[in-house]
Amino acid sequence: MLTIPCPWCGDRHESEFFCGGAYEKARPARPETLSDEAWVDYVTVSPNPAGPLVERWWHQRGCGLWFFLERDTLTHDIRPLFDGEDHEPR
Amino acid sequence: MRQRYSIFSLARNALGFHRNWQRVWRSPPLRDAYDVVIVGAGGHGLAAAYYLAHNHGVTDVAVLDRGWLGGGNIARNTVTIRSNYLRDESIPFFAKSVELYKGLSRELNYNLMFSQRGMIDVVQTYPRLRDLTRRMLAMDIHGSTYRRISVAEVRRRIPPLTGGGPDARMPIIAAMVHPDAAVARHDAVAWGLARAADSYGVALHQNTPVRSLLRGPHGGISGVETERGTIRANKVAVAVSGHTTTITETAGLRLPLKSYNLSAFVSEPVKPLINVVVNCPDIGVYLSQSDKGELVVGGETDPQQSFRRGIKEAVFEDAAAAMLDLFPSFKRLKLLRQWGGCLDFAHDASPIVSATDIPGLFVSAGWWGGFKAVPVGGLTLAHLIATGRPHPLIEPFSLKRFERLEFILESGTTSTR
Ligand SMILES: Cc1cc2nc3c(=O)[nH]c(=O)nc-3n(C[C@H](O)[C@H](O)[C@H](O)COP(=O)(O)OP(=O)(O)OC[C@H]3O[C@@H](n4cnc5c(N)ncnc54)[C@H](O)[C@@H]3O)c2cc1C
Ligand SMILES: [Zn+2]
Repeated sequence: MLTIPCPWCGDRHESEFFCGGAYEKARPARPETLSDEAWVDYVTVSPNPAGPLVERWWHQRGCGLWFFLERDTLTHDIRPLFDGEDHEPR
Repeated sequence: MRQRYSIFSLARNALGFHRNWQRVWRSPPLRDAYDVVIVGAGGHGLAAAYYLAHNHGVTDVAVLDRGWLGGGNIARNTVTIRSNYLRDESIPFFAKSVELYKGLSRELNYNLMFSQRGMIDVVQTYPRLRDLTRRMLAMDIHGSTYRRISVAEVRRRIPPLTGGGPDARMPIIAAMVHPDAAVARHDAVAWGLARAADSYGVALHQNTPVRSLLRGPHGGISGVETERGTIRANKVAVAVSGHTTTITETAGLRLPLKSYNLSAFVSEPVKPLINVVVNCPDIGVYLSQSDKGELVVGGETDPQQSFRRGIKEAVFEDAAAAMLDLFPSFKRLKLLRQWGGCLDFAHDASPIVSATDIPGLFVSAGWWGGFKAVPVGGLTLAHLIATGRPHPLIEPFSLKRFERLEFILESGTTSTR
């Protein structure tokens, strides 16, 4: 059972949240300028480390905030990463 | 086979107080070069080794595993074998696997305890019924069988299914029968394939973790770096289920795979109660009864990426609650064991059996529900390694499909959602 640190509500039970998946590189500003390989890579490949992974989480059944955290895929160790205003991980 | 198993060998060895059985496979010394190295002694790695030797005469093969043989997902699954998939590419592939399984005990001279008992999908929502009806029509084209039955019929065939009545939150509205579905003993599949591969001279090396892939001066694969030293090979196949990216990334190859944890639990043994595999996709639980009498129950995937091999309490609770919804009498059962495994899932939920951009490197991955596919996955991977060309059954499952964004989006991959 994970305890997820919501930046607004504090520590809450995992079942209140929706995990939005691994945080990937930001969407390319101008996709039409990318090579096919780079676009396919952006669309289909996302990080899959056996270790720390930056994720987006949504406090769906709570305050509704989207935020970032780092979770270890081997140990479930969680490190908050919220940066207040700009909603990008630190 | 150095030692064949039969009623006579059993009788003879009983008279000898079982002291004269030979070892089932050898543990040969590790050499520093082989024609083919297969990373991962799970179902797919061992089946590929077996078919390389049996169908293609390629026997200078080493299978390397970081742990013991058959200690990965092949030992952790809930043994359901089925071909009720949706896509024209998938159905013939999985139907072939069911067919191969049927003859495999005899072929390997090893009792896989294959039991074609059929599966029943219990349907509780109309969108599900539409999806399964669509699958039925697609399966019909490819000679796999799926048939709709009434609620009364499903209750007759599964007596403990007493929940989901007209007043329930989600009443049962229909069911689908998949008579081709089967179960087999998972360990026996690994051990039988290992024994047969070994008898052809394939070298099985346990406790040999692969750290990285090695590339030669022209970019092609040249071998692997293991914790027991460097092993050279011009052909390397990665069949490590769940851990694929941890190996391919050592050669700079990025793959559209994510790893997740799937788990299961078993009850205490009880008298024969359920003689089919029961799948309840709308509430996310499925179960069957083992030959020992235990109910083997599986639930949903843990929703976040994970390399863990345990069970998460939240997932376990959901599965148990879902089971009790439909099988209220199971409330009194004691649960004995629970466990999990780490599996990888491709971007389009279909498997990957493919050559790669690195010459000589092959991958077999994305095996979600890959126990059912062990024979056909091994057969087609062996064909690819031996001939350099994809077997017609796996042509659609190459990595090329991602380059063209021609996904094989498959709704039949997970038995639950
Ligand atoms: C709970 C659960 C239930 C399931 N239920 C079903 C089901 O009902 N039906 C079905 O069809 N499928 C099911 N599956 C899926 C099925 O078990 C897998 O898809 C299949 O076993 C994967 O292929 P494999 O047997 O080759 O993998 P594995 O047995 O996992 O083999 C991979 C091997 O690679 C080794 N390895 C990993 N990293 C390294 C390294 N660096 N160096 C050397 N070796 C390495 C591992 O030790 C392992 O032995 C289930 C899985 C789980 C976890
Ligand atoms: Zn919150």
